[in-house]
Amino acid sequence: VFKRFVEIGRVAFISFGPHAGKLVAIVDVIDQNRALVDGPCSGVRRQAMPFKCMQLTDFVLKFPHSARQKCVRLAWQKDNINEKWAATRWAKKIEAREKKAKMTDFDRYKVMKAKKMRNRIIKHEMKKLQKMASKKGKKPEKSEKPEKSGKPEKAKKSEKAPKAQKAQK
Amino acid sequence: MAGEKKPGEKAPGEKKPGKKKTPGEKKPAEQKAAPKAAGEKKKWVKKHHASRNPVLARGIGRYSRSAMYARKALYKRKYTAPETKIEKKKKEKPRATITKPVGGDKNGGSRVVKIRKMPRYYPTEDVPRKLLSHGKKPFCQHKRRLRASITPGTVLILLTGRHRGKRVVFLKQLATGLLLVTGPLAINRVPLRRAHQKFVIATSTKVDISGVKIPKHLTDAYFKKKRLRKPKHQEGEIFDTEKEKYELTEQRKVDQKAVDSQVLAQIKKVPQLRGYLHSTFCLSNGVYPHKLVF
Repeated sequence: VFKRFVEIGRVAFISFGPHAGKLVAIVDVIDQNRALVDGPCSGVRRQAMPFKCMQLTDFVLKFPHSARQKCVRLAWQKDNINEKWAATRWAKKIEAREKKAKMTDFDRYKVMKAKKMRNRIIKHEMKKLQKMASKKGKKPEKSEKPEKSGKPEKAKKSEKAPKAQKAQK
Repeated sequence: MAGEKKPGEKAPGEKKPGKKKTPGEKKPAEQKAAPKAAGEKKKWVKKHHASRNPVLARGIGRYSRSAMYARKALYKRKYTAPETKIEKKKKEKPRATITKPVGGDKNGGSRVVKIRKMPRYYPTEDVPRKLLSHGKKPFCQHKRRLRASITPGTVLILLTGRHRGKRVVFLKQLATGLLLVTGPLAINRVPLRRAHQKFVIATSTKVDISGVKIPKHLTDAYFKKKRLRKPKHQEGEIFDTEKEKYELTEQRKVDQKAVDSQVLAQIKKVPQLRGYLHSTFCLSNGVYPHKLVF
């Protein structure tokens, strides 16, 4: 049922408070509500932090309890946590949310145009497939469907990506 | 006299610093360095004498006006040549009357009209003197401010007026503080027009307008609404003013074209900007203006 546990070396994401948005490693547990926490590679000093503001991630580091900052840092860098984190969907969603909030009026217009174009193409292909399916009966077409729906998606996603990048600047 | 001997020492290099207006100097003999003693210098540097009118109490001097005239030797210090009699005779008097042609029924001929007429009403009581106030300036002298987010070339969103919701290019701020703005006309049918700063959202999108020359005659007077009101004799149906319908003049078209051609050239350089200016701004579900970044 539970997959992520509070343990020494568990990397946690701070969700609110002064260090909101940073990653931190649990070094020791103080009592039921607090942990000794350290984030040498993310700019968080070694301090006590309540569990409530931490959200556990999938990463666990290997160091003994109450290890000093140098050890935590070594373990962190050895496992390349920063890059692994940036590759997770969680971090990407956060980034996308931030970018959306920073969009200017012009960016919103560009995104709207890109989405509209993409949806039009998808709809067009769908309609084509539906027509074919209704005309020729259901037998031969089922194999063709998954191929064709893959193509326009990819073409439009690549067009949207540069537009989204433009919006991000 | 002691005064005569001193200049010999004083003149050459000595400069008396704070000699300008130190009050309470009593000795009249302390004149400025006499020119004859400064034989080395051709010009003499004018030094201001301290006040020759010692202070008895604050605001009260020892000598009267006429005594001071003599003490300061103002009889010697007249700087304008007196007017000769011929000049007096030739002095140009301001024009008192003007001749105007007679129009209307008894047309032709001319009549003489006084320029400065006698008042047609004398109030029985004098108007009481108004208290002094400071800092109350007329509108033409008010300080005009412009938000830092609005610079020439910014795309603005108009919020009021018949063009509400339209995105428009800002050109410059006029003398009354209103913003001169253009669609451009070809994109969203907004002509060269004035907009109020307060009823406008400034976006962060800017068009490079540095090379665009805006004609000088586009001022507030150019854009002001014209009201023609000549009360005629009949009162019957003439309650509506004559210029109800706005008429487009050739001058406006020419100016619009001149400005727009330059602005459009700049707009075309930015991809998708044209379509952006063509679109209108609107709010929909889940869109909150205080959360939007413009």
